[in-house]
Amino acid sequence: MGKKILLEHVDVPGIQTLEVYRKMGGYQAVEKALKSMNPDEVVEEVKKSGLRGRGGAGFPTGMKWSFLDKKSDKPRYLVCNADESEPGTFKDRYLMQRIPHMLIEGMICSSFALGARTSYIYVRGEMMYVIRILEKAIAEAYAAGLLGKNILGSDYSLDLYVQPGGGAYICGEETALLESLEGKRGNPRNKPPFPAVWGLYGCPTVVNNVETIADVPWIINHGGDAYAAIGIGKSTGTKLISACGNIKKPGVYEIELGVPVEEFIYSDEYCGGITEGRKLKAVVAGGSSVPILPADLILTTANNEKRLMTYESLSDGGFVSGTMLGSGGFIVFDDRQCIVRNLWNFSRFYHHESCGQCSPCREGTGWMEKVLHRIEHGHGKMSDIDLLVDVAKKIEGKTICPLGEAAAWPVASAIRHFRAEFEEHVRNPDSCLKKHLHREAALAH
Amino acid sequence: MSDKLKVTIDGTTIEVDKGTTILQAARMIGKNYPPAMCYYTPLKNTGGKCRVCLVKVAQASEANPRPMPKLVASCLTQVEQGMVVENETSPEVLEARNGVVEFLLINHPLDCPVCDQAGECDLQNLSFDHGKGITRYEEGRREFEKIDIGSKVQLHMTRCILCYRCVYLADQLTEKRVHGVINRGDVSEISTYIQNAIENDFSGNIIDVCPVGALTDKTYRFKQRVWFSKPFDAHRNCSKCSGKTVLWMKGDDIIRVTSRKDKFGEVIDFICNECRYDHKNPADWVIEGPRHIEDTSVISANKYELPVVSPAVNVDAKFVSE
Repeated sequence: MGKKILLEHVDVPGIQTLEVYRKMGGYQAVEKALKSMNPDEVVEEVKKSGLRGRGGAGFPTGMKWSFLDKKSDKPRYLVCNADESEPGTFKDRYLMQRIPHMLIEGMICSSFALGARTSYIYVRGEMMYVIRILEKAIAEAYAAGLLGKNILGSDYSLDLYVQPGGGAYICGEETALLESLEGKRGNPRNKPPFPAVWGLYGCPTVVNNVETIADVPWIINHGGDAYAAIGIGKSTGTKLISACGNIKKPGVYEIELGVPVEEFIYSDEYCGGITEGRKLKAVVAGGSSVPILPADLILTTANNEKRLMTYESLSDGGFVSGTMLGSGGFIVFDDRQCIVRNLWNFSRFYHHESCGQCSPCREGTGWMEKVLHRIEHGHGKMSDIDLLVDVAKKIEGKTICPLGEAAAWPVASAIRHFRAEFEEHVRNPDSCLKKHLHREAALAH
Repeated sequence: MSDKLKVTIDGTTIEVDKGTTILQAARMIGKNYPPAMCYYTPLKNTGGKCRVCLVKVAQASEANPRPMPKLVASCLTQVEQGMVVENETSPEVLEARNGVVEFLLINHPLDCPVCDQAGECDLQNLSFDHGKGITRYEEGRREFEKIDIGSKVQLHMTRCILCYRCVYLADQLTEKRVHGVINRGDVSEISTYIQNAIENDFSGNIIDVCPVGALTDKTYRFKQRVWFSKPFDAHRNCSKCSGKTVLWMKGDDIIRVTSRKDKFGEVIDFICNECRYDHKNPADWVIEGPRHIEDTSVISANKYELPVVSPAVNVDAKFVSE
């Protein structure tokens, strides 16, 4: 069994309540940080831990914190990004739902480190039940003196708010999130300036993912070095992976970074192998926006090395033969699944979620979806395949925010690795369509 | 002067003040500057949306001689000391721009023959410069009903490229904005939501800032092709605005009044609705003289000024020679 940092006590009955959470050692980090450390020491520990942003980009958290404009005399804010809406990713929801106090403890410690007096948790609007759980937990924390004025008798005060989003994927992009939090339309901002300088209400702001913040208490309790000792190389610590698709045991797993992908898919500790003993066809390793990889390339890299669940190993080979760890949304496809249909589904999502602010993404996502819809429904042409590649290329890197890339990468990678399947759809549209209808009818029963 | 920064754009070096954007620096050089469909100097916070002004930064600065990893929006990126920028000399930039033009046109109705904006349309000029003559787009285009927003302005959303200029204008020039962008993605639209009328003294300016024919002057609709009317600089004493306008004449009639624009198509002085709509009598104005429309538009070809000896012969000869 690998080391558990976040999910160690997840199955303890009543862990949602402050009482049980404290009994299991909760809020020790708040005491330690507030009573025996200064904010810079907390930042230093996080830097030492090598913790990287768990929202998808994998940017070193300590470094992100150190960019915060300390010279500014404006208030500083910490905003927790709980707008988890990437298809295939459901780890933050699980964490907040099961151990809400862990996030709140992390928010207190991180806010203390950053000198924020007001912090926000921006939760995806569809997850009302999670919002209620968090609000209940926050009320408990206020009652226990863990939030509000002079926390635990120290001179540090913090107010923590939960803000429901309106249900837009784009508001998971940090600057769109800040716009939405300010009560505006959730359009991403042009960068620079970055939120560390010009964030919420024009003040220096740090936006971190739920899992990132939840890792902070453990780092304070055990030290950054202990955290850095887990994992491999620059991929330190543990990571929540939300596994789904054609596997025997879908769910949220906490892995030590460095577990081989093969072990993750086939061992009984994790996914338990492919359902009905079928063959692995492809994997989307880090949420719908990362490149899809066929079975051979997800298990071993192009250099014939074992592929590991780390930031570096998964991206080995760049976009030609690699992918990304992303947000940890691990989607497994067995040999019955149709890549074209899946890609159309992903494209439909990005088309629907594009904010429409900048032209390449607004128009390009819709174009790709329509062409894929045509191919999938038997009206494709051979030239459409190259057209898709070209449209994806013209979106990628030309947009204000990363949603453009998120929409372009799945298309480019699916065609790169499964071109034959697209051609088959063009050549024999009827048989492909029939197969899908047949399978969907079977699934409906 | 130590405050001046040296920037090289397409091989031409210019010294500019700190805080100048690449686009502004390129406009100062004055030739082959990047196009801009959403950026608008008189309006704050515009830019960054249309992506046609993307340029390649081959050297970020003297201190950091590495290139920037992605193409950047020249309307927002400020120059650094020793920055080297490639605009039209970079095939990557031209290809990206070509892609953006294609994206802007896939949902555009291409109804230039019946559009009042034709002849003074930024999208038309952009497509001519950077587009291809053919389209690869075979799917359905988005369509909207025409709506009247206010008694004098018609919104034809089908033509809109969502530059947000009219939104920023309403924010910055008028007291209360009653329109904005609703919905998202390729179905987002400029709207007053519950068919509110945009009625205030400066609302007519949204027509002038619109780069396409999405917002048009209802008093001018289908009156004349713009290149057949004669623009004159004129002014009047106005208590609300500068009163400096351009009168578009057909014979002795004023068929349209607009604000004056500079050679980048940007309004110099915003004018009030009274000047724009209520003074169509030439006696109300002090006419300063013909206005030469710069840039490369068909208006500046001044076709209406050509001496016409024998129209039929002239036209034929022109076709033959081309």
